[in-house]
Amino acid sequence: MSTTTESPTRRPATHPGERIAEWTDGRLGLYKLAKSNMRKIFPDHWSFMLGEVCLYSFTILILTGVYLTLFFHPSMNEVVYHGPYVPLQGVRMSDAYASTLHISFEVRGGLLIRQIHHWSALIFIAGMIVHMMRVFFTGGFRKPRELNWLFGWSLLFIGMFEGFTGYSLPDDLLSGTGIRFMEGAILSTPIVGTYLSFFLFGGQFPGHDFVPRFYSVHILLLPGIMAGLVAAHLILIFYHKHTQFPGAGKSEKNVVGTPLLPVYMAKAGGFFFIVFGVISAIAAVATINPIWTMGPYRPDQVSTGAQPDWYMGFSEGLIRVMPGWEIRAWGHTLVLGVFVPLMIFPLVMAAIAAYPFIESWLTHDKREHHILDRPRNRPVRTGFGVAWLTVYFTLLIGGGNDIIATHFHLSINAITWFVRVGFFVLPVAAYYATKRICLGLQRRDRDKVLHGRETGIIKRLPHGEFIEVHEPLSQQQLHVLTAHAQPRPIELGPAVDENGVARRSSPVAKIQAKMSEGFYGEGSNIPKPTAEEYEEITSGHGHH
Amino acid sequence: MSESGSHNDVSENLPGEHGARGSEPAVKSDPFANPGLPPHEYRRQDIDERSAKHSERIVAGLYTLSMLGTIAFIACFVIFDIDKYVYIFPFGHVSALNFSLGLTLSVALLGIGVGSVHWARTLMSDEEIVDERHRADADDELRENIRQQWITGAKESGFGRRRLIRSTLYGALALVPLSSIVILRDLGPLPRNSLAHTLWSKGKVLINSNTNMPLRPEDVAVGSLTFGQPQGLSEADEDFQDQIAKSAVMIVRLKPEDIQDKREADWGHEGIVVFSKICTHVGCPISLYEQQTHHVLCPCHQSTFDLSDGARVIFGPAGHPLPQLRIGVNADGNLVALGDFSSPVGPAYWERP
Repeated sequence: MSTTTESPTRRPATHPGERIAEWTDGRLGLYKLAKSNMRKIFPDHWSFMLGEVCLYSFTILILTGVYLTLFFHPSMNEVVYHGPYVPLQGVRMSDAYASTLHISFEVRGGLLIRQIHHWSALIFIAGMIVHMMRVFFTGGFRKPRELNWLFGWSLLFIGMFEGFTGYSLPDDLLSGTGIRFMEGAILSTPIVGTYLSFFLFGGQFPGHDFVPRFYSVHILLLPGIMAGLVAAHLILIFYHKHTQFPGAGKSEKNVVGTPLLPVYMAKAGGFFFIVFGVISAIAAVATINPIWTMGPYRPDQVSTGAQPDWYMGFSEGLIRVMPGWEIRAWGHTLVLGVFVPLMIFPLVMAAIAAYPFIESWLTHDKREHHILDRPRNRPVRTGFGVAWLTVYFTLLIGGGNDIIATHFHLSINAITWFVRVGFFVLPVAAYYATKRICLGLQRRDRDKVLHGRETGIIKRLPHGEFIEVHEPLSQQQLHVLTAHAQPRPIELGPAVDENGVARRSSPVAKIQAKMSEGFYGEGSNIPKPTAEEYEEITSGHGHH
Repeated sequence: MSESGSHNDVSENLPGEHGARGSEPAVKSDPFANPGLPPHEYRRQDIDERSAKHSERIVAGLYTLSMLGTIAFIACFVIFDIDKYVYIFPFGHVSALNFSLGLTLSVALLGIGVGSVHWARTLMSDEEIVDERHRADADDELRENIRQQWITGAKESGFGRRRLIRSTLYGALALVPLSSIVILRDLGPLPRNSLAHTLWSKGKVLINSNTNMPLRPEDVAVGSLTFGQPQGLSEADEDFQDQIAKSAVMIVRLKPEDIQDKREADWGHEGIVVFSKICTHVGCPISLYEQQTHHVLCPCHQSTFDLSDGARVIFGPAGHPLPQLRIGVNADGNLVALGDFSSPVGPAYWERP
């Protein structure tokens, strides 16, 4: 070997792109990375693009957000407005509000970027919730993807605060009202509430500090954390390979679809432009957050019909319908009326985060799962999901009780009471209804497998009898309807051991067995048809 | 379980075999066995070059449309003044610049997006490929290997044996974050009792917030609602926002016989009563007054207070009545406060008695 370490038989790079790739490979091991990823297989299903919507709207948020920082002044210094928007000329306002007016009325394209930014934020969080629902209902969170569930969950949790800090920055009358609400909520925290509030606002509300503080949180701290989480989320998707729905040729050990290069590069890359294009069109025709109509924030002024951005609607609902309980004793006040709603929010979020671990605990299931569930085959989980959504939408009604009252000419007191009762009753009703529907669908699947599909063709037999022709399912359909496993509930074992001595089960084990019975017991699943049943019916007396 | 089937019904003018897709036949005894991947179905574009050309033209057309969109975007940026408003059905009066920039940008982006997706769907191979999955966890051999490495490393560090080092390291690591907490101390002053006091004090004249003039009893008509603030507070003050957040009041006049609460009547003047404007729920300013019932409603969360009965909460999430300001009339005939509020204004908090 002479001065070079390259193998003599190696074909020289000819294309300039190839030379760049060679150069990079020699330093970063690019080809080893490409080996497992360039032709990565992605299964195709419309619901798999929900996560893409989130990724792209997040990207759009970063792009437009950087633009907005070029013009926005995160300052609460008072200025008197002399800009082109006539109704506010001569009005005292913060520099933050004035610079937002400047972006909207004097920077060409500024209003468009502001509106794209805000619309993207709404779509980002909506996308995350719908994507999370897809993963939840299909069991995509099961091993080995529990950590990715937590990454996604963290993105949703942080995303809501990111949105809140963002729309609070213009310091307009509406957002200031939201900040005031937040301050009141923080004050309700026992023992440390007033201290938290004074440290957050740099003194009494509203002070001169919250806009610059929210600004650094909104443009640096939270997006930085989120970008890291997004990267980790994507790396894990690549590492685990995407889940797939049951179907012919698909198994737990394979992934069936089309390759990243070229199909998904083109489809996913193109979809980024589609999302961006659609949001641009929305921003062109639909005004969002017209801060100029609200005026600058003053703590003694408010507009009617004040509503937060939609994703804060459930917390608005909680705070509106909670009775105003206060416990006063020994010179202190425990503000349950505000603190309880404040705590329900993180508790509900924590329950969502913990769900994958609870479910695997109830099955003793340590296997990897790559084939998604059809929601009907997990009636309890599906019931929980719908119950959660019911709570969420009930609280959205509570959050918009004034708007609903004025639009539909209803009593606001009646709506509030409906939400108060509905918060407890509706999710339970929704759970049982959903579970029942799932069991019905399972029965139908069973019926289809054993007796075939109803064709709607009525045949008259020679002796005058009418029958409906049932068409047997294809092998593929049979497989899809029977591919799922039906877990057995965990059993405690016999009450006495082999020596006749009473066995003691720990209370935790008893709870586990009880819950497992609820999830997978007889009342929660229709036994899927067995091969014997199928053989007996199909071979026994011919097809109907 | 079979992972895939095979297909051999490709007719002659189709592209050649793409290799067998697994060879295991479906197990006959299991009627629900996985039948394996169905044979690939070719699209029109795969077998008909004219059809493929047609798709190519559509994709190229969409990309061209995108270029035109960008050019139009630049043209609109130059042409339209930022203060030009036009009527466009059904959107109403819209900013010409915002409307045109948004739509041209949308065309430029959608051209690329729709074109690329169409390209992928019609011209790129849509044959499904099977890839294997691999378990995330290590096999037993690697597991044992890593365990040994860990044990060796831990042994070499002496971490387990030298307990003094271990304990002091834990102590140091536990203490070091304290400095990052202490350094945040100056984020704000301590609350002390600043939430319990406002600018109101004995003799402060009530100023009408709209006219900036002192209020006289005869200015306040029965059934009216007036917003007020303490004398000496000016919008130009450095701490105006902080002060108005606590000292904003609403002044109403009821018929004295309508006032049900004796203390309320005593603290008023000829039926004029003054209450804090700041809701006791989470601090929104209350602005909706129903003069027939003497109810005020907070527009944020709909707490409703009865101003004829000590501002008692009659509906909604607020936990206690609005604090009342005791008033009288001074020598000039103006309404004045006779002290601070009866209790802290605004939302409740832990230290609130």
